[in-house]
Amino acid sequence: MAAQPVLRTVTDTPDDEPPAAAVDHTFALQVASRAGGRQMLRCFACGTCTAGCPVAEIDERYNPRRIIRMVLMGFKDEVLRSEFIWLCAGCYTCQERCPQGVRVAEVMRTLRNLAVEEGIVHPAFKAQAELIRGMGRIYEIEDFDNKKRVRAGLPELRKTLEDIKTLFERQKLNERLG
Amino acid sequence: MNDSGNGGKRPYALYLGCTIPARVQQYEIASRKVAKALGLEFRDVADFACCGYPIASLDARTARLLAARNLALAERAGCHICALCTACTGSLTEAAHELAHNPELLDSVNADLAAIGLRYTGGVKVRHLVRVFWEEIGRPKIEAALTRRLSGVVLAPHYGCHYLKPSDAHGDFEDCEAPHTLDDLIRWTGARPLDYPRKLKCCGGGVLATDEKLALGISREKLRDVARRGADAITLVCPFCNIMYDTNQKKIETMFGGELGVPVLFFPQVLGLAMGFEPRDLGIQMNRVQPKGLLDKIGIKRAFCRTSVAQAVSL
Repeated sequence: MAAQPVLRTVTDTPDDEPPAAAVDHTFALQVASRAGGRQMLRCFACGTCTAGCPVAEIDERYNPRRIIRMVLMGFKDEVLRSEFIWLCAGCYTCQERCPQGVRVAEVMRTLRNLAVEEGIVHPAFKAQAELIRGMGRIYEIEDFDNKKRVRAGLPELRKTLEDIKTLFERQKLNERLG
Repeated sequence: MNDSGNGGKRPYALYLGCTIPARVQQYEIASRKVAKALGLEFRDVADFACCGYPIASLDARTARLLAARNLALAERAGCHICALCTACTGSLTEAAHELAHNPELLDSVNADLAAIGLRYTGGVKVRHLVRVFWEEIGRPKIEAALTRRLSGVVLAPHYGCHYLKPSDAHGDFEDCEAPHTLDDLIRWTGARPLDYPRKLKCCGGGVLATDEKLALGISREKLRDVARRGADAITLVCPFCNIMYDTNQKKIETMFGGELGVPVLFFPQVLGLAMGFEPRDLGIQMNRVQPKGLLDKIGIKRAFCRTSVAQAVSL
């Protein structure tokens, strides 16, 4: 007689299951309630997103299918504290190809927004935000640049755009960036 | 006001964004010259600021607000927006699309814009310059303006991701899996567009700030593909893609080894050459990898485009 297969009963806990505290079963719904998040609940993990991703192609740290799986399974802390959510290039290839209409690139953006709300901000993005708040643009325009522009027959540009600060303050973005 | 059919009447304000004036002025110079020669007059709105794109990763709402601020400025000036950067085009297009379809968002954005004396009611059209060339200027007018057909020249088109995507925000202007507008424009100049396996791949610019080696590794894949197939140049429509392929090409060679030597031209520089402008009129001397073979093919002496190290460094 053939040996009976050993099946794991539902009461067994696999060794690799993370401790209960690391799982937040509301996480998927938190993401789904944001712009672009609702369709994520339809993900059937086919991997089209990862297959066409220019980042995943050369760097295995980034895997959009895995990230969405982790969100759906509630690994909030692990996802929001990861470096991988900051590795999406934002090219939208995944989003355009997803057979389930998941707005993958927008989900990645939402995850970054949620990380910021938890006080986890990537330093490169924080630096860009500070430049924009200060001058209204990422690169400084100096007198020298404007002189060069005038010589080339181009109109001068404003060096700073003060009203941007007002918009940042109204959104309380400074406080969130720490 | 609707989204179509009024192209010729309401003028375009030229939207430069942050990167072009600071790092790739040649794109602005060539775009203004070529557009003017084709009868497209731009207005300039001095208060335009960041499009919001870099902020979207931190706070989607602030990003939309920054985009809406630019839309409101264009509306006040009685203009539509013509952008040169694909990231700016994408950010402003997404915002215009969202504000047109979500009246609650529009109200709340206006509550914030009121604090800086602005209001957006809608109707500002956002277009990338190359789309305007294809859609509004059109083939007969462009072909009539040519004085130097680029016969025998092979160009690898690189569509910046946000020129096409997200496709719903762009009104499904063209199939982002099989785009043809830039290919068509290349053909209209007499050159041949190269069809190559990595044609639709992203430049990697989106992760340059977070992981330089990863970003440059992504750029390298396309440069190698184009180099292997022997195109005379890549032609593209975005300052950031240009920074990845042209400005950083030497760095990529150093970082990964091997020589690439792929010239990179902004499409308005290509069109300008075909319209009889000299390389210097189009700022081609500011491009890092000089298109020597291409200029030889169309009979332009190289002396026109030689650049000094000092000029290159000053950019």
